[in-house]
Amino acid sequence: MELTPIILLLPLLSFLLTGLAGTKLKPAAAGGIGTLSLALSALLAYLTAGRYFSTPRVEGVYEKIVPFNFEWLRFTENLHIDLGVLLDPISVMMLVVITTVSLMVHIYSLGYMKGEKGFQRYYAFLSLFTFSMLGLVVATNIFQMYIFWELVGVSSYLLIGFYYTKPEAVAAAKKAFIVTRFADLGFLTGILLLSYHTHTFDFGILTSGDSGVFAGAAGTTFLGCSVISWALSLIFVGGAGKSALFPLHIWLPDAMEGPTPVSALIHAATMVVAGVFLVARLFPVYHAEAPEVLTGIAVVGAVTSLYAAIVACVQTDIKRVLAFSTISQIGFMMVGLGVSGMGGHDGLGYMASLFHLFTHAMFKALLFLGAGAIIHAVHSNEMARMGGLYKYMPVTHLTFLVACLAISGIPPFSGFFSKDEILAATFQFNPVLGTILSFTAALTAFYMFRLYYRIFWNRPAHYDHAPHEAPGSMSFPLIFLAAITLVAGFIPFGQFVSSDGVAYTIHLDWKIAGGSVAIAGAAIGLATLLYRKENPTAGKLAAAFPLLYRAACKRFYIDEIYLFVTKKLIFNGISRPVAWFDRHIIDGALNGAASLTEKLSLAIRGLQSGHVQQYALLTLGGTLLIVLGILLV
Amino acid sequence: MNILSLFVLIPLLMMAGLFFAGNLKQIRCVVTIGASLLLALAIGLVIAYLEERSAGETAEMLFTADTVWYAPLHIHYSVGVDGISVSMLLLSAVIVFTGILASWKMELLPKEYFMWFCLLSVGVFGFFISVDLFTMFLFYEVALIPMYLLIGVWGSGKKEYSAMKLTLMLMGGSALLLLGILGIYFFSAAAGAPSMNLLEISRTHLPVESQRWIFPLIFTGFGILGALFPFHTWSPDGHASAPTAVSMLHAGVLMKLGGYGCFRVAIYLMPEAAQELSWIFIILTGISVVYGAYSAIVQTDLKYINAYSSVSHCGLVLFAILMLNRTALNGAVLQMLSHGLMTALFFALIGMIYGRTHTRDIREMGGLMKVIPFLGVCYVIAGLASLGLPGLSGFVAEMTVFVGAFQHTDTFHRVFTIVACTSIVATAVYILRTVGKLLYGPVLREEQSHLADAVWYERLTAILLIAAIAGIGLAPLWLSDMIRESLLPIIEHFQ
Amino acid sequence: MEYYLVISTIMFFAGVYGFITRRNLLAVLISIELILNSVDINFAVFNRYLFPDQLEGFFFTLFAIGLSACETAIAIAIIINIYRNIRDIQIKNLNRLKD
Repeated sequence: MELTPIILLLPLLSFLLTGLAGTKLKPAAAGGIGTLSLALSALLAYLTAGRYFSTPRVEGVYEKIVPFNFEWLRFTENLHIDLGVLLDPISVMMLVVITTVSLMVHIYSLGYMKGEKGFQRYYAFLSLFTFSMLGLVVATNIFQMYIFWELVGVSSYLLIGFYYTKPEAVAAAKKAFIVTRFADLGFLTGILLLSYHTHTFDFGILTSGDSGVFAGAAGTTFLGCSVISWALSLIFVGGAGKSALFPLHIWLPDAMEGPTPVSALIHAATMVVAGVFLVARLFPVYHAEAPEVLTGIAVVGAVTSLYAAIVACVQTDIKRVLAFSTISQIGFMMVGLGVSGMGGHDGLGYMASLFHLFTHAMFKALLFLGAGAIIHAVHSNEMARMGGLYKYMPVTHLTFLVACLAISGIPPFSGFFSKDEILAATFQFNPVLGTILSFTAALTAFYMFRLYYRIFWNRPAHYDHAPHEAPGSMSFPLIFLAAITLVAGFIPFGQFVSSDGVAYTIHLDWKIAGGSVAIAGAAIGLATLLYRKENPTAGKLAAAFPLLYRAACKRFYIDEIYLFVTKKLIFNGISRPVAWFDRHIIDGALNGAASLTEKLSLAIRGLQSGHVQQYALLTLGGTLLIVLGILLV
Repeated sequence: MNILSLFVLIPLLMMAGLFFAGNLKQIRCVVTIGASLLLALAIGLVIAYLEERSAGETAEMLFTADTVWYAPLHIHYSVGVDGISVSMLLLSAVIVFTGILASWKMELLPKEYFMWFCLLSVGVFGFFISVDLFTMFLFYEVALIPMYLLIGVWGSGKKEYSAMKLTLMLMGGSALLLLGILGIYFFSAAAGAPSMNLLEISRTHLPVESQRWIFPLIFTGFGILGALFPFHTWSPDGHASAPTAVSMLHAGVLMKLGGYGCFRVAIYLMPEAAQELSWIFIILTGISVVYGAYSAIVQTDLKYINAYSSVSHCGLVLFAILMLNRTALNGAVLQMLSHGLMTALFFALIGMIYGRTHTRDIREMGGLMKVIPFLGVCYVIAGLASLGLPGLSGFVAEMTVFVGAFQHTDTFHRVFTIVACTSIVATAVYILRTVGKLLYGPVLREEQSHLADAVWYERLTAILLIAAIAGIGLAPLWLSDMIRESLLPIIEHFQ
Repeated sequence: MEYYLVISTIMFFAGVYGFITRRNLLAVLISIELILNSVDINFAVFNRYLFPDQLEGFFFTLFAIGLSACETAIAIAIIINIYRNIRDIQIKNLNRLKD
């Protein structure tokens, strides 16, 4: 009996059940169904992973297995959308990550969302999201991926807009959907281009390494790049939209309007890394057919991570800080993929990137869930309303600290290992890029500890009622994820996932590792100095660079630019004139034709007056004319 | 008795029944029974069709019947169906059924209303079963005329203006059609085999010079009904003024007559001219697709939004037809089905919402999701279908169109495909804008905070349509295969 | 013979002129009678001078007189009815059927 389709079906069933039953179901029942089905799914995913990695390798490589596949829609003989399950190291790894984080979020939400109106709806959407995300990672072909790609987009839209009576949430949901939709247009166009030249959607054929697949596109170039490069760049645009890479990142900070567990699941751990997964999935194609696109990806990743880290340093909403930190970390992963080569030590970046994806999912989910616990306790997202929380919430405090250390890259926490590998790969590729990333890593440590101190230490805020530790359903996921964060770094990740599938043993490059730890330590020290206690220096620093500070606070005006483009250019500049044109020119022409006809008929109506005498006169005149004519001619 | 003729006979019998019906109850009884029969008949026809095909029947048209009607001009009453017309008949039956449910509470002259409605159905069904050009044209006209009265008498807003505009524009289209059909007839006569029968004419092969001037006539004539730019302006006004069920039937089925006609007459009979002249119409339909979507972004009347969205979606149908390859044509038919169901759902919901709030202006509504959750959820589903969410019919249709159109070897066609693709972003914008303003946020008006949610017949309408949309969206293969198979004879002309 | 014809021509054109210019229905009717009578004179005259042995022209004249009597009776009946309805027999005011 094949288990993998069941992993997907369980959340789907749970969605249908809770979604169709709606409020007829008791909230507790809906939560129970969702959580239970996901627990089962997670169990099956672990089982699948265990089974998959324990099957012996074939020629040193874990085989790609398609245990389940059926034709869903046929376009032409070669092009057809199949729905199926593809198991290979990265999809199995993603299955584990998604089910784990999703399960934790399900459990956590039992406590966090308790008593909320629409609890059943919430669980239905969570299940829908989990189903779509799982479908995305096991996709056997690029069109299946696109299908689930759209589905995760919609479930993200629904969950961001969960508090639909709040105008900000509605606006954020809309923004998220439209920005990613715009990117998806690139994805779709990329798929069309790629499939036109390769006559296949299938990942198995595309990534088989057989360059004959791409022979159809040989020689076709556009603006100096091959068609396949263009297709792959466009596909990357889709990934960049979902993964909130600069300049398509604007939706992610706003998406924090959704419930916090949702941010943890969708906007930190799973959906936003879909872009990374997409590039990783097509990595052999990128590497063989369009290495220049990979370099572009690395550059975009580096710019994104630096930009987001700078902005994160000045945000005051704790969820926004975490959002920008997510953007920054995804930038890291993209750089890792971009600088990677194929096989052996060259493929370090690929392995490191996915390793970082794995560890990041855990500790970032932890951070968000911790932030959720804090928001639950103090009823605010603003740092100014917090401070001195360490004595009220010991569990949250400790787990949050673990996550902060992990993301800052302090050994022995998981983030250290994965981030260090990315840095090593980047330095190996290009020292300038490496230096930028190191600087970003320092910024990361700084803003994370700024966040940490402002929440848990600094000046205690005035609380109307004393904050309390989160209930068990919420603290259990925190502890569980913290435990994973503690040990995950020691997983021999290279044994399972590497660019060419051959086992790769990670060895730390102590020169770089030592350096980055030192930098991170220094950044943490600086943060301690500035934010451990209430300290005027921070304010003075901000005042010393007013322009930079203001620009960073405003996220370098990217949102304003978008607003200008969408509102002013597209809405007022294109749509309004088009609508006006339609009403007045096109329709005006038709109405003009109609009124012209009317006028003309009015003009000749005089002849048909109904006055017999007039007719008689005309008849007489006509007769006389004819007679005269006959006589004269 | 031929099974297909029943599709025309039942609505006629319904009209007779209505003539004798005394009160509202009897009227409802007659129309419900009739519509259910039609629906059952359509489903039965699909099953019978699939059975015949799987039994190895390879004829181009099945269930054919032929009676001479007027011998001197070779006019026959000749019917037959292939996979495409079968699916269109099913669509029409579903929409007639739900349309009748949606006009359950019709109070103004219900008897006359339903009689015209049935006459409209006669035209629609008759059009899809005909294989004789003249019969086809006749039924086309039969479908158009009731529209004038249905909008003019039972409509709202500037109904006389809209009804007049719609009828005049569509009549203008049929004038072109008549000219084209006569042209086809006389050239087929000149070629030695005078006939009005589609299949026979397709075999005789019209001379290319005559195709060149007949093709634009026919394509424009049918295109006007399919909202071809720049002859689409009847659609926003007409839909906005029409009563709910008429909007449903009009956008859901009648606009499909245009697409179906383009495909069955223009492309099928004149393949050479289609290949030569398609570029002009590709530009026009490309404009329709994008232009409709952008116009919809700034509209404030729910029906106008949906009407412009229909311009965009129907533009995609014609666009796909012009790509002249099997996948794109398949996509065109799927898009007709999908758009028919989707837009019928939209208009039904708009009618229901309007019945409660007495306004269609999105600036005057807000937060309705909290007040009328059932209608709200249905509206969101309709919206998601319209913006192409996988699992609903819109995705299947649009992707088939895009992939198919992109298989064209000519760069011009592929560039235009990408242009058409951009409409999916604009679609997302206007759908989400509408949903956000209409359903989400706080309740805007005090009097809107206590509205009653859907009652049984409204629920049934919405659920039936959603089930059909999701059905196509989740399991498209059988439908798509049925259509693909029937496309073979049409596509043969291009090779 | 010329004298007869001159008379009938004058009568005819006087009738036509009256028909076109009169504003009163009765006057129009009288004009029509003038035209008819001029034609009757023509019939009689031509018969008398061109075909003296035959009587068709006179018969025709008699018929025409009879017909014009009927016609006048009907017309006057209509005019009286119109007058009863709208208290007016001026042509320019008789436009109620027009719009």
